[in-house]
Amino acid sequence: MSQKLKNQIKDIGGKMAGVFLLLAIWSAVSFGNQYLFNMFSPMLLPSPLDVLYSAITELRSGALLKNIIASVSRVTQGFVIAAILGVGAGLAVGTRKALERLIEPLIELLRPIPPLAFLPMMVLWFGIGELSKIMFIAYSAFFPIFTTTVEGIRYVDPVLVRAASSLGATRTQLFRRVVLPAATPSIITGLRLGFALSFFVIVAAEFIAANSGLGYMINEARTFFSVSDMLLGAFVIGIIGFLVNAVLRKLEGKLLHWRGTVRAG
Amino acid sequence: MNARPFFPSTEQSSSMESTESKISFRGVRKRYDTNLVLDRVDLELKENSFTCLLGPSGCGKSTLLNIVAGLAMPTEGEVYVDGKAVNGPNADRGVVFQEYALFPWLTSLDNVAFGPALKGWPKAKRQEIATKYLSLVGLSGHENKYPGSLSGGMKQRVAIARALANNPSVLLMDEPFGALDAQTRETLQEELLGIWNRERKTLIFVTHSISEAIFLADRVVVMRTKPGGLREVIDIDLPHPRERTNLEFVRLEYHIKQLLRDEVKKLGVI
Repeated sequence: MSQKLKNQIKDIGGKMAGVFLLLAIWSAVSFGNQYLFNMFSPMLLPSPLDVLYSAITELRSGALLKNIIASVSRVTQGFVIAAILGVGAGLAVGTRKALERLIEPLIELLRPIPPLAFLPMMVLWFGIGELSKIMFIAYSAFFPIFTTTVEGIRYVDPVLVRAASSLGATRTQLFRRVVLPAATPSIITGLRLGFALSFFVIVAAEFIAANSGLGYMINEARTFFSVSDMLLGAFVIGIIGFLVNAVLRKLEGKLLHWRGTVRAG
Repeated sequence: MNARPFFPSTEQSSSMESTESKISFRGVRKRYDTNLVLDRVDLELKENSFTCLLGPSGCGKSTLLNIVAGLAMPTEGEVYVDGKAVNGPNADRGVVFQEYALFPWLTSLDNVAFGPALKGWPKAKRQEIATKYLSLVGLSGHENKYPGSLSGGMKQRVAIARALANNPSVLLMDEPFGALDAQTRETLQEELLGIWNRERKTLIFVTHSISEAIFLADRVVVMRTKPGGLREVIDIDLPHPRERTNLEFVRLEYHIKQLLRDEVKKLGVI
C-alpha cells in the first residue's frame, strides 16, 4: 500500500515538474526579453504573470465566465446531437449489411473534407446565431462517433455471437445482450474523440461568427493586440478539455470495470 | 472392444431405426465454395452416448459439430436430433468452444445464468441455477469474478457450467481442452466424465488427441481427409476409470495412430 502511495506521489510529482519546467522556460524567455535582451516587442510574449493578471481582470468583470458558459453550452448541445445521431446511425448501419453498403461510401466521401470547409455555408444556412455553431459542432463530432460505433459492431468477436445463439438467443437478444455490450468500449472511445473534436472546432466557429465564447474572446483580443488575453483563452480551453476528458475517462473506467481485471498470461 | 470399419451406404442408413438414435446424420455433405469439406456422412448416435470426433485439422470435424449445433448448414443431407431436422441453433444443443467464448463483461455467475436469463426466468431462480452449476464444475467462491481474471482452465469450467445450466439434452464440445496445459487437461477430462455420469447428456466431443478420445468416449469416430468424412467408427468398451497404460488402451491408440498417419499423409506437406 505504501509502495502504491509512493508511486502515486512520484507520478504526480513528475507531471507537475513538467508543467513547472514549461512555466520556467516561458518566464525566462519573456522576462529575459523584456529586461535584458530586447529582441522583440514584449507585447508579443507576455509573462505567465501577465496572463494570470488578465485572468483575474476577466474573471472580475464576469466576461470570462460568460464566454466559458457560451462555449461549453454550444459544445454540449452540438455534442449531444452528434452522440445521438452518431450512435444511432452507427448501430443501424453496423447491424444491417444493406444499409452499410448504402451509407458507407457516402460517409467515406464526406469524412476527408475538413468540417471547417462547410462552416461558411452553415452560417448562410443557419444564420449567425447559436444554431449555426451547434449544427457545425454536431456535424464535426458525428464522424468519429459514427465510425467507431460501426467499427465496434463489426469487430464483435463472432464466437460470442455463436455462443449466445447456441444458448438460444433471438436476434433482438443477440443485439441487446451481446453486440451492444461488446461494442460499448469502442462507442465510448468514439464519444471521447467526438467531444475532443467539438472543442477543436468551436474555436474556429466562434472566430467567424459569434459575439461570445472563448473563440470570440481570442479573436477579440487580437483586434486589441492583447496577447495575454489570447493565451488566457487558449489555456482555459485546454483546462476545460483536460477536465472533461478526465471525467469521461473516469466514467469509462466505471462502465467498463470488467476490463480492469485482465490477468496476464 | 470391437473395431469395425465404417462403410457408409444408403442401404445401411435407411435400415437403421431412426427412432432409437438421438442424433442421425443422413448423407451430410458440406462445401465451402468449390472446396468439399465433408463428403457423405452417415452416422447414428444413441441417447446419452459419448462420441469423440477424432482427426487431423482439415478433416471437417469442427464443421460436422457446427452442423449439429445449427451454426453451419449442410450443403446436402440433414442432421436429425430427436427425429427433427436441425435448421438453426437451439438451447437444447449446448456448445462449448475451444476459445471459451465467455462474455467478458459478465461475472462468472452471470455468464452461467445467461441461458436462463434469455428464457426470462426470475433473477432468484437463475442465480440459484448458476450457483449450482458453478459448484458442479468446482468454481464455488468465484461467482463474482470476471473472465479476464480467470485462468484458462477456470474459463473452460465456466463455459461448461454455462452450457449445462441451459439443461440441453445434447452437449457439443469443440476441442474444449485444446488450449490447456497437460495437467489441467487431464483433470478436466476426469471431471467431464463425472459430469457426464451425473447429468446424462448425449455428448459429441471434437479432439485431435488420440489418448483423449480413447480416455473419454464410448465411441470414437476417426475422420478422413481430402475430402473430410468418416474413416472408421470404433466402439470402446473399456471400463471407467480408464488407465492410459492398459494394454487394450495402448493397442487402440496404436491402431488409431496408424489410421491417422495415412490421413495426414494425404494432406501433403503440413
